[in-house]
Amino acid sequence: MTTASAIEFGGPAVRRQSVWRYWRGGLRGSEFAWALAFLVPYIGVFLAFVVYPVFYGLWMGSSPSLYTEVFSDPIYQQTLVNTVLFVAFGVNLKLFFALLLSGFFMRPGWWVKALLMIFVLPWAVPALPSFISIHWMLNGEWGLLNNALFILFGIDGPSWLNSRWLALGSAICSHVWKWLPFWTVILLAGRMSIPQEIYDAAKVDGATGLRRFAHVSFPLLANLYLVLTLLATIFLLGDFNSVTFVTGGGPANSTHLLATLGIRNAFDLANPRLGVAVVMSALPLLIPLVIILMRRIKNTETQL
Amino acid sequence: MSTVTADTALTPAAATNSRDRMQRAARRRRYATNVGAAVVSAILLVWTLTPIYNIVMVSFEAEGDVFSDHLWPPNASANSFWIVLTQGYWYLEYFWHQFGNSVYIASMVTLLVLTIGSLTSFSVMRMRIRNGWVITNAALLTYVIPASFLAIPFYLIMQHYGLHNNPWSVIAALVTFATPYAIFIFQEYGRSIPLELDESARIDGASPLQIYFRIYLPLMVPALVAVGTFALLAAWNEYLYQFLLLSNKRSMTVPVALAQFLNSDVAPWNYMMATAIIYALPPIATYYAFRNRMSSGLTMGGVKG
Repeated sequence: MTTASAIEFGGPAVRRQSVWRYWRGGLRGSEFAWALAFLVPYIGVFLAFVVYPVFYGLWMGSSPSLYTEVFSDPIYQQTLVNTVLFVAFGVNLKLFFALLLSGFFMRPGWWVKALLMIFVLPWAVPALPSFISIHWMLNGEWGLLNNALFILFGIDGPSWLNSRWLALGSAICSHVWKWLPFWTVILLAGRMSIPQEIYDAAKVDGATGLRRFAHVSFPLLANLYLVLTLLATIFLLGDFNSVTFVTGGGPANSTHLLATLGIRNAFDLANPRLGVAVVMSALPLLIPLVIILMRRIKNTETQL
Repeated sequence: MSTVTADTALTPAAATNSRDRMQRAARRRRYATNVGAAVVSAILLVWTLTPIYNIVMVSFEAEGDVFSDHLWPPNASANSFWIVLTQGYWYLEYFWHQFGNSVYIASMVTLLVLTIGSLTSFSVMRMRIRNGWVITNAALLTYVIPASFLAIPFYLIMQHYGLHNNPWSVIAALVTFATPYAIFIFQEYGRSIPLELDESARIDGASPLQIYFRIYLPLMVPALVAVGTFALLAAWNEYLYQFLLLSNKRSMTVPVALAQFLNSDVAPWNYMMATAIIYALPPIATYYAFRNRMSSGLTMGGVKG
């Protein structure tokens, strides 16, 4: 009230002082200078390495003729289909199995804990060695998978990476292999944060097994599951390593994702603008996801 | 309830009989769930371990055995590891130098992420600077932009800055993408530290710098460990930015060198996998050492990956 009247009736000096007081908030004397100084490093990083590249990218991809060129590229059309399939199968398989497995890992017993230690190994191992290993494992002639199929069952396995759909499926499976432990651990933590009393109460009411899951666990996990789905979609859209190293985009560039095709256009074809245009074409999908997710994350923080 | 009364009404022999039957049914159910759990475990083990087994198997293969049918190399030898450790192959001539680059980049990233992240969250959450939420939202936005989408403009601006083939270009990129996570975790964890501590130190005349060093950082140690581990692993494991920004043999890091193998016509898979194992061991050890701290870091912020 007092500041408002000061602004109305005071001269310019008073107004400047109240603006100054507004910015300082509850901080006294040199404290405001310190608070600002503490923010300088992050603001610097944000301006130099987020704002500048984002606007530089937007400027690079601002010419409409680029998009006619991109959309008429048959490789791009295949890539779009691949990306949709990759997201649809990758995200849902990953989270569905993570939900089931997080329930499995809630079981008591030392060997379940030991199994969890082994199960998180794909997450602990860096992406590159595993994906290179899977690439070699799927080699039609000398790979471990076909060797095993032949030695154990006498079957001649297909050359996994020479057909588009098998190769894409392999890339999706590799992605799921790498990231399943991560999502399982998060959902496990979500399940563990459900108070035991709720389960006890459900037990008294006769809810066990599937009914307990449907009426107790899942409703409590639903918001978390939704946030994770959005987050997994965004992470997966930006996944570069699994396709690059498992299929290499092959055969004949038929298994690229938007992220890998962008890099290929920019560096293998030495046409950075075309690469930026490919990545930018994901924005109509990405921006709504980001907006929903940013709102949801704030709710989840207070709920968990 | 009604079954119990019915049971007591029956003759003693029939009662034991039905109790027996119930016990047997319960045992059978327990047996079935145990068998189910064992089957799930077996599938999980095979699924999880096959690619890792493949790395180990190939790394132990002798020279000519890579191209043959087997499930375990007939002439297993650890020769490949020796070749890697002594840099005895032309793709590996700078291996230790590249390993050093990886260590340098990962430690610098960790240090900077912890410093910048803690300073920012101290200013926003503890000193409650006006409009601090703008910074929080900027960080949140950075967190949800896929890093690979920014790679092309980032590469070009690094050329503007004159940092091509300089480890600091990679450090800048990795700090940019890891700091938002740090800011979240610090803000979430900081909520559990009462503001009255800062307030009373302030009344006693402590400067913000003193509060930061003497009160804030010591109380934040668990969060610092969680985020530090995360940043260290993220920097060590990252590939795309290191590949784009470091192309010189002496400036590149281990993952970039590892991927270079794939470009050669006859890739020496056994050397490659031995390199991969040596590259993967430090992060695996770090991961298992700080596993509990890390997963508490994940749950601290709710869902922060």
